[in-house]
This record gives sequence, C-alpha cells and structure tokens, in this order.
Amino acid sequence: MPLPALAFYILATVTVVSGLAVVSARNPVHSVLFLILAFFSAAGLFVLLGAEFLAMLLVVVYVGAVAVLFLFVVMMLDVDFASLRQGFAQYLPLALVIGVVLLGEMIFVSVAVADRGAAAGKVPLAAAADMTNAEAIGRVLYTDYVYFFQAAGIVLLIAMVGAIVLTLRHKPNVRRQKVAVQVGRRRKDAVAVVSVPTGEGISE
Amino acid sequence: MTVTLAHYLAVAAILFTIGVFGIFVNRKNVIVILMSIELILLSVNINFVAFSAYLNDVAGQIMAMFVLTVAAAEAAVGLAILVTFFRNRGDIAVDDASMMKG
Repeated sequence: MPLPALAFYILATVTVVSGLAVVSARNPVHSVLFLILAFFSAAGLFVLLGAEFLAMLLVVVYVGAVAVLFLFVVMMLDVDFASLRQGFAQYLPLALVIGVVLLGEMIFVSVAVADRGAAAGKVPLAAAADMTNAEAIGRVLYTDYVYFFQAAGIVLLIAMVGAIVLTLRHKPNVRRQKVAVQVGRRRKDAVAVVSVPTGEGISE
Repeated sequence: MTVTLAHYLAVAAILFTIGVFGIFVNRKNVIVILMSIELILLSVNINFVAFSAYLNDVAGQIMAMFVLTVAAAEAAVGLAILVTFFRNRGDIAVDDASMMKG
C-alpha cells in the first residue's frame, strides 16, 4: 500500500473514531479533547488533498480558538453532567434509527451517482506545481471573492459584538469613574463663598 | 489501492451522520450538541475540499474558508448564549429552555 493511501486510511479512521468518541464520551472535557483530535486528523486529510492553507487554518482557528473556547466553557460552568446524560439510553434507539436512515440515504445516492461514472477519478494528491496553495487562494480570494471576504469580516465582527453584549455583566455595587460628570463639573456647583458674621458661625 | 474522491466523500458522510446522531443522542446537553454541529460543519468542509482537489478549482477551498468563518462565529455566539442561560437558570438542560413558550 503506498504511503498516501496508508496516511489517508489512518487519518480517516482516527477522524471517524474520535468523532464517535465526541458524541459518546461521558465527560464533556473528554468530548472537547476528542473534538480537537478529530480536527487535527481532518487537517491531515486536507494536507493530503493539497489544501495546506486550509489545514493550517483549521488547526489555528479550531484547535487554537474554538476548541479552547469550548474547554473554557465546559470547565467554567459548574454543571452536573451526570444528570444531563440520563436520557442517553432512552434516546439511543431513535438516534440509531435516524443515523442509519441518513447514512443509508447517503450511500444510496452516492452509489446511484457513482454508477453514472461521476466521482471515480483519482484525486490529485498535490496541488499544481507552479503556485503554492496559499498563493492560489490569495489570488482568487482578494479579487473574485472580495465582497464575500468583506462579508465574512462583518459576520465575525457582529458575532464578536453579540458575544460580548450577551455575556457582559455590570455589577450594581461597583463605583465607576464617570468622566463626563467629572469634566462637566463647574465651580458654582462645588464652591460657595459665604461671609461669616463674627461670633455666630454658620449653620447649614 | 488508490484513494479516490469517493473515499473522502465516504469519510464526510460518516462524520455527518455521527454529528446528527450526536444531536439526537445528547438531547439534554447543549455543549455536546454544539460540538456535534461543529462535526457536521467539518464534514461539509471535507466535502468542499475534496471536490476542490478533484475539480482542480480553488473556489471550493474559498467556500470552505467561509464555512469555517461562520462556524467560528456560531460557536462564539452559541457559547455566549449558553453562559447567559447558565447564569439565569443555574443549569444547561435543554428541557428547561422552553420557558418563553406561551
């Protein structure tokens, strides 16, 4: 068996098995760690397909940001995860039926399509030699897809604003500096000149 | 024994099925549901990249990048909603999430 095929089978097996472990692990921390493993091996599959840039993006964005975000949330929230698993055996038959039906449909469709000769060609394992993968993506991304690129940036901005707005919490008893009030303070609001009669004093 | 496009599509289909299975089997645990959605989006990305390599067209990888962007945004907002829900309810069971139902 040639090395790329061997690498494909190993990576595909690891991806599928860790995906199964994600949905069936008892401890959600283990689920997140298996999710990281699944993303890593999927990145390996992308490298095999010649999409090195996307593979590195997957490692940086998913493993570095999303999975760590999941890990933070799982560890910060004090949730009784045992009680959340109580319906597991109850939902299992329905989920199995739906999964088998879905997979059966997909196999049915792909066999039907493959019978007509589609998707039978060998995948070129390396990209075109004259250009690196990142350069090829950059040439298209910043010209033909520049509006989509900007829209993706707006999506990320809105998601960031939304996440901050949802989770930001002002504590009621914290005294904050109010710059506008400080700057807007005038002399007549704060100081009064009173002429005090001798021997009597003043009473407010 | 060469690796064809169908092999990659099979991996993506299996991963997609695992994601849907995970949503149904972990109906109470929102965190695992979000992770299952990430698995589904990953399988879509594998499809995009496999077809991109098969057709020798880089547009599929661009689409996969946009899917990645939306998935990251979805995870951020979903987890933020989860944290807010936990603060209000002290629990993350999805059964309790229907409190706004009329």
